[in-house]
Amino acid sequence: MSDSGYKSGSNLEKVLKAGHFAFTGECGPPKGANVGHLKEKMEPLRDMVDAINVTDNQTAVVRMSSKAASALMVMAGLEPNFQMVCRDRNRIAIQSDILGASALGIRNMLCLSGDHQQFGNHPESKNVFDIDSIQLIAVAKKMRDEGKFINDEAIDEPPKIFIGAASNPFGDPWQFRAHRLANKIDAGADFIQTQCIYNMERFREFMKQAVDMGLTGKTHILAGVTPMKSAGMANYMAKFVPGMDVPQELIKRLKGVDKKMQAEEGIKFALEQIEEFKQMEGVAGVHLMAIEWEHRVPEIAERAGVLPRPKVD
Amino acid sequence: MIVADRKPLDEIQEMIKDYDKIMLVGCKGCVTVCNVGGLKEVQILASALRIGRKKDGRTLHVEERMLERQCDPEYIEQLRDSYDSVDAVLSMACGVGPQFLSETYPSQRFYPTVNTKFFGGAVQHGIWDERCAGCGTCVIHYFDGLCPIARCSKSLQHGPCGGSADGKCEISKETECIWDTIVKKKVDQGRLEDLRLYRAPKDWRTARDGGPRRSIREELVK
Repeated sequence: MSDSGYKSGSNLEKVLKAGHFAFTGECGPPKGANVGHLKEKMEPLRDMVDAINVTDNQTAVVRMSSKAASALMVMAGLEPNFQMVCRDRNRIAIQSDILGASALGIRNMLCLSGDHQQFGNHPESKNVFDIDSIQLIAVAKKMRDEGKFINDEAIDEPPKIFIGAASNPFGDPWQFRAHRLANKIDAGADFIQTQCIYNMERFREFMKQAVDMGLTGKTHILAGVTPMKSAGMANYMAKFVPGMDVPQELIKRLKGVDKKMQAEEGIKFALEQIEEFKQMEGVAGVHLMAIEWEHRVPEIAERAGVLPRPKVD
Repeated sequence: MIVADRKPLDEIQEMIKDYDKIMLVGCKGCVTVCNVGGLKEVQILASALRIGRKKDGRTLHVEERMLERQCDPEYIEQLRDSYDSVDAVLSMACGVGPQFLSETYPSQRFYPTVNTKFFGGAVQHGIWDERCAGCGTCVIHYFDGLCPIARCSKSLQHGPCGGSADGKCEISKETECIWDTIVKKKVDQGRLEDLRLYRAPKDWRTARDGGPRRSIREELVK
């Protein structure tokens, strides 16, 4: 830990440590070297969120590297949450990228296993999976807190990163989900961002279990929200996205309104969720994944009553 | 055992299109057990190749041979008197066979007729599943005798990932999520706590990542 008492001194860390209800966003880098396109997607998030997740070749589709896009955000005065998956890097590349990210001023990192390449646009590729997401968390923590690589060699200047992890409360087998969250916290996750939540009943149970296990006192849990744009999107997610739990009532609710109003109904549901998360024990904030809807984030943030974002020095 | 699939006939025909006389060598080891390279399969492939060639108005002479194993020089030697009487030799063994043949008889040309896939076993008649990745450092005792290195699509030592649904892996509804099985077994045995332990990154040097491997049994080496 640095002299300031912060692990990385990121804005997200400061907001969470000050006890504010955090609000993070997400931005998928472009399928090209087009910086202008990246700026179009990230600028709407300025002053709307505490940090912006930069996805790492999500769904195994090749895009601009998350480290490069994160660095571009730093240069533009925005705070990235650099996502890193284990699918494409061995431990040499992982540790090198952690040092590189820190050197570029990136102060948050989200540790993920990564979607299998079978989903993506290069299913013929070889995967790596030298280490898994929980080992990645432990590696990042060891580098930062002990100043050592996996092999125990000393690092001349340790990276400064606030370490995040993902949790899917709806994955199977359900009995193990809170325990896997506990494993991530034990490994060193400073904050958690959950998978998109639609089944509020199941999420309440999951959070109750997390609170009962004492997990919420050891990390900051941000509840994942993705507004549905249409009943079609809800149907698709229910059927084709692994590990996603979309209740039939929600699909019915969206179908129940005129097609033109379905996006508004999706936003309304998201706003109701955010209101409940603000009150829910153990929930420290919301992670808004407005997929290809970055320009709607200011409106959603405004209506969710999370503006202005706190400034913590 | 080593499990393999027969290569498509047209691929094999393409390999041998310039030859009139070939030898087809089966193996009584794993490929016999997984019904891909035993006596019966040698006969079937030889017939198919002959018939295919006849359609082109040419004749293919196929000498059919069976070896006890193709992963042992002792049996490979049994072809010494005949290997060069043909234009090419096709092995129906796993990937080891054509290589042992090639190393023993440098002047001949050898071709594989199967795609060698994995270490596994028959889960039902006609269906074989992978069980072992040959990583060189067995850890299945941590996971109640089930191997996530071979059977988890991401080789996770701390699974299951968020893509596990209804006991299936995110890559396909046909693929079992082995982590689902591991967790359920631990739950049934009341030992879920075992899965709260942290496992250090694996040392892959004993796997293929450490380069081609060798196994030495000193007491047997002359």
